[in-house]
Amino acid sequence: MAMLSFEKKYRVRGGTLLAGDLFDFWVGPFYVGFFGVTSIFFAALGTALILWGASQGPTWNLWQISIAPPDLSYGLRFAPLMEGGLWQLITVCAIGAFGSWALREVEICRKLGMGYHVPAAFSVAILGYVTLVVIRPVLMGAWGHGFPYGIYSHLDWVSNVGYQYLHFHYNPAHMLAVSFFFATVFALSLHGGLILSAANPKKGEVVKTPEHEDTFFRDTIGYSIGTLGIHRLGLFLALAAVLFSALCIVISGPFWSRGWPEWWGWWLNMPIWR
Amino acid sequence: MAQYQNLFTTVTAEGPLHSGVELGHGNSPRSFDPPIHYYWLGKIGNAQLGPIYLGGLGIASLICGLIAFTIIGMNMLASVNYDPIQFVRQLFWLALEPPPPQYGLQLPPLNQGGWWLITGLFLTASLFLWWARTYRRARELGMGTHIPWAFAAAIWLYLVLGLFRPILMGSWGEAVPYGIFPHLDWTAAFSLRYGNLFYNPFHALSIVFLYGSALLFAMHGATILAVTHYGGERELEQITDRGTASERAALFWRWTMGFNATMESIHRWAWWFAVLCPLTGGIGILLTGTVVDNWYLWSMKHGVVPPYPEVFPLVVDPSLTTGVKP
Repeated sequence: MAMLSFEKKYRVRGGTLLAGDLFDFWVGPFYVGFFGVTSIFFAALGTALILWGASQGPTWNLWQISIAPPDLSYGLRFAPLMEGGLWQLITVCAIGAFGSWALREVEICRKLGMGYHVPAAFSVAILGYVTLVVIRPVLMGAWGHGFPYGIYSHLDWVSNVGYQYLHFHYNPAHMLAVSFFFATVFALSLHGGLILSAANPKKGEVVKTPEHEDTFFRDTIGYSIGTLGIHRLGLFLALAAVLFSALCIVISGPFWSRGWPEWWGWWLNMPIWR
Repeated sequence: MAQYQNLFTTVTAEGPLHSGVELGHGNSPRSFDPPIHYYWLGKIGNAQLGPIYLGGLGIASLICGLIAFTIIGMNMLASVNYDPIQFVRQLFWLALEPPPPQYGLQLPPLNQGGWWLITGLFLTASLFLWWARTYRRARELGMGTHIPWAFAAAIWLYLVLGLFRPILMGSWGEAVPYGIFPHLDWTAAFSLRYGNLFYNPFHALSIVFLYGSALLFAMHGATILAVTHYGGERELEQITDRGTASERAALFWRWTMGFNATMESIHRWAWWFAVLCPLTGGIGILLTGTVVDNWYLWSMKHGVVPPYPEVFPLVVDPSLTTGVKP
């Protein structure tokens, strides 16, 4: 049994959202639950479809395998399997699997008496994905605006879509998203470093306390957000990065179809100084 | 769902303010002591603001940073003929550019990138002094030096962009300009010149650690907030004396994905992801133009990308036929 020394007393029944006790069990370290069953169903089906799509494609080179969305001419209709229909089915499976996974996390939260922060945060990531493959394509009127499922092909998509707007760095939401991503890495390095440096002090010293954590940051920058606040800040920065990323792509096309450098004209042409 | 999720502090406790752990001999007194209590800060974090330790290194670093900042600002102001309104209007477009390529690694005149070099000198001095300051502050409190070494990873990327790569390329003109849009322009031009940076595997790794850091901080921040009613935010206490908060946090991930970190190891994951982001990014930049001239061709050679159909007629780079003056 893959159980941790303290695990047994936490493995209690209850907390499920659906199907009562029917799937209320573990397989190895994994909790199952109703949404575990739906997770495995969608994940297995989606993976199988990708593998099948790859088998029909020109290459088994892992970097080059790609499942492309339908041609733009299909609009928002279903496409034949080999012409993007596979992409549509895989997208349904992905959303099904991600949603099931989030709900399974909710069940585990309830079982462990925890807050719902993790599934809530994961929902933001799912929203980011859905923005790319559902919301924006629907607003643009064709599934073909989704990105292809492949390692290098999705990079090509990002590159090409970026240059369609001339210079994507000038997208204000993209600027904010990147800034939040960098800020998240910065804050994560500070938080990780602070805890490690307090728990692994100078040779011959005893393990330090939150007073030392606070003092280090007050000494260095004049403020310490504290043990609770840093986790609120970190979660906020990470989620803001994802939310602004979703925003920066959903406004590109549906709400702004020219080059992003041009968008800044309103600032240069404000009546106060033009 | 009726339980409170602890997103904000509802009741701010107001106790005696703490000036900090006492420092040993050879340290200056702290500034802004006694600290102040700021109600709204207490909603998300500690309500206490200050004190701060300035010290010789801190003051020297701030002065150097201020000099660099002022030189950049004055150069931008000069570029709009000292018109303060145009300065604000065009601020995002203004730049302090590095020397043009014909100067190579020589010292150019002040208005031909000389100011840029001086700025780099002071900014680098400021960063090194601040690095020494973080090291000293950690040591004076008897703590480990994990933060200074993480900071060193960021300084590495900064030095690659502004010092190491320009020297290897033989021209200061290779470096990044100071300015909001100008540095974004530099980034786009850099990617295009070297065959799309997306095909640079170190760039890919750097992005993995960038997104991975956001993922880790969302996971970690959310997990800790979700067990704060068991005292989960007292991480040092949980590391040395594991409590139910750690156990539930660990089991959450074990039951979700079959694997869990511990209260200490999650911070090692965090530190490494954050550090590897600029570390791998710096390697990717350093190799670009010095070792690899076109990342697309490099990737094609290594079988990573397929040759794409020639949609447009073949264009010969004019600099290859006529030659360009550096």
